[in-house]
Amino acid sequence: IATSLPLPSEGDHLRPRIDLIAFMIDIKSKYSLRNVEASLAYVDASFFLGKVCFLVTGVGRLNCCSVEMSAIWKLREVYSSPVLFCELELEGIRVATAQRLLRMLEICAGLIPGVSALYFGSLMSRS
Amino acid sequence: ENTDPQRIAFLLRKQWTLYSVTPLYRFSNAHLKNYSRLLSAFIAAERQKGWAVEVGVELDIKVAVSSLPDLKGSDQDHAAILVELFSRSPASQKTSEEKLIWSGWFCCVCGDDFFENVPEDFTCLPLFLTNGAESYTAIVGSWFQKTFDCCFHRLAISPLNLSWMAAMWTGCKVDKTASAMELIFSVPGLLQPLDISYAIHPEDAKALWDTVQKTPGEITQEEVDIFMDCLYSHFHRHFKIRLSAAKLVKVSTAIASAHCDGIIKFLQSQYLIGVLKLLTELAISQIQ
Repeated sequence: IATSLPLPSEGDHLRPRIDLIAFMIDIKSKYSLRNVEASLAYVDASFFLGKVCFLVTGVGRLNCCSVEMSAIWKLREVYSSPVLFCELELEGIRVATAQRLLRMLEICAGLIPGVSALYFGSLMSRS
Repeated sequence: ENTDPQRIAFLLRKQWTLYSVTPLYRFSNAHLKNYSRLLSAFIAAERQKGWAVEVGVELDIKVAVSSLPDLKGSDQDHAAILVELFSRSPASQKTSEEKLIWSGWFCCVCGDDFFENVPEDFTCLPLFLTNGAESYTAIVGSWFQKTFDCCFHRLAISPLNLSWMAAMWTGCKVDKTASAMELIFSVPGLLQPLDISYAIHPEDAKALWDTVQKTPGEITQEEVDIFMDCLYSHFHRHFKIRLSAAKLVKVSTAIASAHCDGIIKFLQSQYLIGVLKLLTELAISQIQ
């Protein structure tokens, strides 16, 4: 877990290969959106072929919303990456989302035969 | 907006709790006196059942339901309806000294677009504002629910909508020296939440908004974002605290003040209708 990008260069040689980047946006914090927007600039273009997704949390309580949905849709459009919604405080949803992310990670790491990360990209262009 | 300032003066500088209301079935302006009697009887009956508000004090409660014809946005809007509860202690019945103990009003400002397809028997007054003890609100609310088959819900205001209000109200011109613009943020803490109050000189705030707003009379989400980001970065530069990561809970300007729990205070009569228009919109979006 990193709080922002770019990652510190000290750990470069020890770091394993990155297969999936999940950007977390807390709908209750405008700052988290700005942080993600700034960090996106440091991501190599090749990641946007299915190896990036946005995880929006805090959606259970729309009354605490500080981020407008149109900004989220704009990110999905501009970066052609899927958006997952999650409420971290509910265990069921938390576990289900973790399982989805794990599945996506397995695909991105090439561990599932016949499916590659490019599959996510094709899903995006259809919508 | 030619509302007679005297008639609506009693609405200003009072704290109103907001509710959204679904359309009322078979409500009629012609029967307001009837409604006053029926609601009086209902309250008396409930008190017989043992629902007590003030222990030990025997109060005679009188209800007055009236119409506020000036309180509407367009001709299609139904005029606002005011409900007032007066108390009169039996001892002073001769002197008829009545004290206003609770007031609530239904209103609709520029709601016609949303209520186009509503059948004729329904009256659309989606915004309900109350001032007074919560127990009276509950009893008045339950009578209206029973009589007109409607539903009340507390209207919360999200930080997103509060920022809109901050930007919108900053741009309004005020004659007298305006009070400072205040934003209150809540930061969840380990032991208890931390409240941060950010006060800005009204002229500075207006100057900032004037540089951001491109078309007078029009506001875009982008302009609101830029305005708030400027305020946040100014604060960060001085205090190293990121307000954008905190929750905006209250906005106070010379026009009005709004709290995220759905509490509003109107401070300027000339902008009352404008603020009601925004609140009507919020109420309608909560109903839908």
